Amino acid sequence: MSYWQITRDGLWDKNVVFTQMLALCPALAVTSTASNGLGMGLATTAVLLGANVLIAALRNFISPDVRIPVFIILIATLVTLVDMALNAWLHELYKVLGLFIALIVANCAILGRAESFASKNPVAASALDGLMMGLGFTLALIAIGGVREILGSGTLFRDAHLLLGEGFRFLELTLIPDYKGYLLMILPPGGFLAVGFLLAAKRMIDLRAARAARAAPLAAPAQG
Amino acid sequence: MKLESLRGNLIYQVALLGVVALLASTLLSQADQLTGADIAAAEARDLQVSLAQVLPEGSFDNALAEDSLLLEGARGPVRVYRARLEGRLTAVVMQLTAIGYGGPIDLVMGIDPEGQVLGVRVLKHKETPGLADQIETAKGRWIFSFDGKFLGDPPAEDWAVKKDGGVFDQFTGATITPRAIVGALRQGLELFAAERGRLFGASETQAGEVSQ
Repeated sequence: MSYWQITRDGLWDKNVVFTQMLALCPALAVTSTASNGLGMGLATTAVLLGANVLIAALRNFISPDVRIPVFIILIATLVTLVDMALNAWLHELYKVLGLFIALIVANCAILGRAESFASKNPVAASALDGLMMGLGFTLALIAIGGVREILGSGTLFRDAHLLLGEGFRFLELTLIPDYKGYLLMILPPGGFLAVGFLLAAKRMIDLRAARAARAAPLAAPAQG
Repeated sequence: MKLESLRGNLIYQVALLGVVALLASTLLSQADQLTGADIAAAEARDLQVSLAQVLPEGSFDNALAEDSLLLEGARGPVRVYRARLEGRLTAVVMQLTAIGYGGPIDLVMGIDPEGQVLGVRVLKHKETPGLADQIETAKGRWIFSFDGKFLGDPPAEDWAVKKDGGVFDQFTGATITPRAIVGALRQGLELFAAERGRLFGASETQAGEVSQ
């Protein structure tokens, strides 16, 4: 499989949330703002990259029959190590990301990539797959969080400076001043609504692209 | 390949699981040893900063984190830090734990000698991001709603969230967290009222000046 295809799969074609429908629990739980989506996405990307590399490196030693418990032990260990290291040496960052890291252990997207990609592919391809799947997940969470935040509280990237540092305060926008807020979008049902409509939009784009691709070879001879 | 035939062997699988589990736990215990001291130091720094936040500026000149005692609360021992200015006891800071939605929430509450709340801060919590994390000062102002309150204003029975008939706001979509915090603070104040004599009492010879 080409590196371009892996990139495309991760970001769009096999997007963790919008195509594989995995990791919906964190996708719904933390995306009440775009900044939270970004934080969860980046933390997940780091773990996904590490887990894919580790499992790809060990793939020849792991028996297919006991692979699931082995993967789970490896992923949980990795997450715990990241959690400890951040807490000890990057304490300020930990205070912001710490909340998300505990949720990553239960993220089935990481087990999913270990199972369907890293256990069958070499280390370099698995690293790229982890990175791209993670970025695709991050973009999906930002999209969901962005929709919910704009409709729910009229802002975008609120509190981004807590995550990225003071330099990123410019990201924080108030799109609708004096907005009273639309509570439903902040609450869990808003997560389902946002995921549902974004999913429908992605399907529409994909179907339109497929139709255009089918029509193109027919149209070509007519043009001469 | 030799490895491939080996992978189907039951004993190899058992050994693989065992080795992986052993390596993982060794790695984790090593990492715990390695990071334990740094984590404790970072948390001690956080504690000193948080303790200072719930006291008025300039109201103490001692190392708070090193001057504490344990009180026997209704739900186990409660650590109380003593703020002193020139040796005089000016306030105490109680370290409390509320049981929230995602586990324990560690709190500190500053109380002046009259039993009035000087301030409350959350030290550590695992509540849902985006819903209940407004208890952090960086994300909300809710935690300031206790400043200046005492048992009596509002009366003890009104120390509850509005949903339970009390006076304190809950959050949209998150009642458990504020309920837990209000409950813990109320218990802390009740403990303070019961132990006030001991805290500011005979053993504290200079404490009399403060309460006059």
